[in-house]
Amino acid sequence: MENTKLTAKDFSSNLPVKWCPGCGDFAILNMIQKTLAGMGLPHEKYAVVSGIGCSSRFPYYVNTYGFHSIHGRAPAIATGLKLSNPDLSVWVITGDGDGLSIGGNHMLHAIRRNIGLKIVLFNNRIYALTKGQASPTTQPGTRTKTTPLGSIDYPFIPARFAVGLDCTFVARGIDTDIAGTSAILERAAGHNGTTFVEILQKCVPFSDKEFDPLKDPAAREDVLLRVAHGKPLVFGRDRNKGIAFRNFRPEIVEFSGKVPDEIAVYDETNAEMAYLISGFTQPELPLPVGVFRATRKPSFEELYYDQVKAVGDTRGHELETLLAGPDAWEIK
Amino acid sequence: MNKARKNRNVNISELSSATVRFAGDSGDGIQLVGSQFANATAVAGNDLSTLPDYPAEIRAPAGTLAGVSGFQISFGDDSVMTPGNKPNVLLVMNPAALAVNLKNLEKGSVVIANSDAFSPAALEKAGYASNPLEDGSLDNYRVIGVPANTMTENALKDSGLPKAQALKCKNFYMLGIMFWMYGLPLGPTREWIKTKFKKSADVAAANAKVLEAGYDYAETTEIFDARFQTKKSPVAPGKYRNLTGNEAAAYALITAAKLLKKKLFYGSYPITPASEILHTLAKHRANDVVVFQAEDEISAMCSTIGAAFGGELAATGTSGPGLSLKVEALGLAVIAELPMVVIDVQRGGPSTGLPTKTEQSDLLQAVYGRHGECPLVVLAASSPADCFTTTLEAARIAVKYMTPVIVLSNSYLSNGSEPFRIPKLSELPKFQVSPLPSPENFQPFMRDPETLARPWAWPGLKGYEHRIGGLEKAEGTGAISYDPENHERMTNLRAEKVARVVKEIPPTKIFGVPEGELLVVGWGSTYGAITSAVTEARRAGFSVSSIHIRNIFPLPPDLGAVMRRFRKVLVPEENSGQLRMLLRSEFMREPLGLNKMQGQPLNSEEVLTKIKEVLRGN
Repeated sequence: MENTKLTAKDFSSNLPVKWCPGCGDFAILNMIQKTLAGMGLPHEKYAVVSGIGCSSRFPYYVNTYGFHSIHGRAPAIATGLKLSNPDLSVWVITGDGDGLSIGGNHMLHAIRRNIGLKIVLFNNRIYALTKGQASPTTQPGTRTKTTPLGSIDYPFIPARFAVGLDCTFVARGIDTDIAGTSAILERAAGHNGTTFVEILQKCVPFSDKEFDPLKDPAAREDVLLRVAHGKPLVFGRDRNKGIAFRNFRPEIVEFSGKVPDEIAVYDETNAEMAYLISGFTQPELPLPVGVFRATRKPSFEELYYDQVKAVGDTRGHELETLLAGPDAWEIK
Repeated sequence: MNKARKNRNVNISELSSATVRFAGDSGDGIQLVGSQFANATAVAGNDLSTLPDYPAEIRAPAGTLAGVSGFQISFGDDSVMTPGNKPNVLLVMNPAALAVNLKNLEKGSVVIANSDAFSPAALEKAGYASNPLEDGSLDNYRVIGVPANTMTENALKDSGLPKAQALKCKNFYMLGIMFWMYGLPLGPTREWIKTKFKKSADVAAANAKVLEAGYDYAETTEIFDARFQTKKSPVAPGKYRNLTGNEAAAYALITAAKLLKKKLFYGSYPITPASEILHTLAKHRANDVVVFQAEDEISAMCSTIGAAFGGELAATGTSGPGLSLKVEALGLAVIAELPMVVIDVQRGGPSTGLPTKTEQSDLLQAVYGRHGECPLVVLAASSPADCFTTTLEAARIAVKYMTPVIVLSNSYLSNGSEPFRIPKLSELPKFQVSPLPSPENFQPFMRDPETLARPWAWPGLKGYEHRIGGLEKAEGTGAISYDPENHERMTNLRAEKVARVVKEIPPTKIFGVPEGELLVVGWGSTYGAITSAVTEARRAGFSVSSIHIRNIFPLPPDLGAVMRRFRKVLVPEENSGQLRMLLRSEFMREPLGLNKMQGQPLNSEEVLTKIKEVLRGN
């Protein structure tokens, strides 16, 4: 057993980090390095797998095993790694283009299987590495190099996509909210099964204005809904607004003093509630952050190896016996 | 069930080899009786080779020409190398099966038909105006009509089975007849029935009874005046089992993992005709075999790469269209220098093409079909049992040189079967992986001076933490590098590493004499047809030899010299000349081609005819 406690610094590789100045990726990198240190596993038990995109440079900067692969395929590569080596802590770093466009199919099937991958999707709502094309999360009307008249694509809401797939752990954080997002990552680290964490993060050169309402730590509390299990859905700088579900439709209720009974109390084990919450969009409703869904269901690798155990281990059998099978014959 | 059999004077002819074709509707259980017949011939000590030939549609409309399923087997004494060219005995379950197969039948051959199936409606579906069993159109053949429906129903009238279910046993009735004709033992099939239908004892009993009834019918009925006996094959002593090419490939992967003392990871997406590898391995998951049915071909390839990164013996299998989807990720496997085996069970292409038919048309895709300078190793299997040897060799090369290796099989090899001698552990090749240096001296892209392989260090190994990826890396350290000279050096190193695989290739074996008029150069599944044709041509006095290439890339180093010793070179292929193109570019040789793109294997007659044509033209 490893006795020396590792720190975030131990997880920093000595390579120069090559993101643009002001990029939120730096903050996320620090938070994940801290999360890994907190997990208590030795260095060599971690693997970070990424696809292509700015976020996907991530593995180079984490001092563990890492694989910077090809566009969209990180969940598939990570699945092969995790299924054959279930003891590893396997992290998938992806973005809105990588994970939801070219790699959408792998993402959806990884989640469907509930394989033990820690998926972190950096959502900057733009293709940044390729210099500014619309992505599957680009908001309608946004002008980009490929949408000079404004985007007409209906965007994905990544967290809702994951909730819709019955992902057993779904959360959303913001790069600039270190406390909130670190807490989410810590919970994700301890979850078994697929975890899907969406982190909102602007891209300085190409989507700089994207999350402006979230810039100011005090003002953003008016538009953020911090979701917490067992707590009423209350928000606002003065904690005077709440969400009530009337006929399953969310409505903002203002109040003073005690939280009224009709304000919903959040239940992260409730898939339907997670679906409603993850669908909230600005400006009609506050933007939810926090853990939307956390539930326990056997992971793919648990089911796989339980099945192997159930049929009986034949590893000790002689190779020749195995090759002969039941219907060999002998010629003398 | 050792009841005494009546003795009757029948004419027993001894054959050196025989070819039988079973044909019927795809719902008639043709593949099943075919493979049971094949097992029985093997148990009786014959050498054999089989060719299933089934329609792409799972259930084409019953009784139609499109729905005909076939299973052909050659067996006998010699080293039987192909499933034969034209059958001596054709067994048909319905008129459509007769209509489809008659053109491949030599005059004088035997046709055994289920006469009950030749109803006016069935005849019409098959395009017959009158019943060929009765109208004299088959006078050049020996036609034996068997009322199999009636006889099956009679045999089962006390079984309690509903009529429709009882009738389903009729294929075993015909199988019983065939067993009698060739003096084959019923035992293995009886045992098989017991296991197969162990959950429904009444069905098991019915099938066993009908099998016996068919055998007895043939023995007692005067219409069967001929019985054949094949000479036993002089095969090497040992334990044998009958394996299809796909099964052989699957067992080779398990064997390779055992020799490496690693898990086997097999990630694959269902595709005809490669799925049987996935099915076979799925049965062995308790044996350190991790089988992953991926969401698509790309994921199959990528999960394989992930498992290889994880330090396991990783493999995937597919067919042509799937290989096309895998090639982007194969580029990653090449630049990341990870070991893995990719089995391509070729089928007729392009696109969906002829999904259940055979071809050899992915050679150039396997050798060249990637972006960038992207060399990897390509091997080709030559027979169902050779799928074992070739796949095992692929795994050995993959881990020794840290490279992906593509194995080319095809539909013909994958579905065909032959006896496979189970090797002893001591006979298997040794696997060699470059030893890891100490953690202080480790660099992910340092190289073994002999093989140029980089060290294989996987997550979980303490002290070897490192990052790899698809970006070009600096020689040695593996850090991202855009340095122009470094990229050229790495490109050359990757090519040189694959080129060094020629050290693994044994001297080319020449079948025939080492020099002469004509050298037939084959690869892959045409081995049997070519060797049979060359044997026959040599017997007839022609100056012809043949070689068969397993190492498609890199090619055997002595190949140029071998070809130079012959005046002409002929390359028979089930494509329009892909190996020929490779030979031309590597050796500046202009070989002749024999090319067949019909979804059917080249047969020895076709090769023989071409050999004669080439040599008579001298």
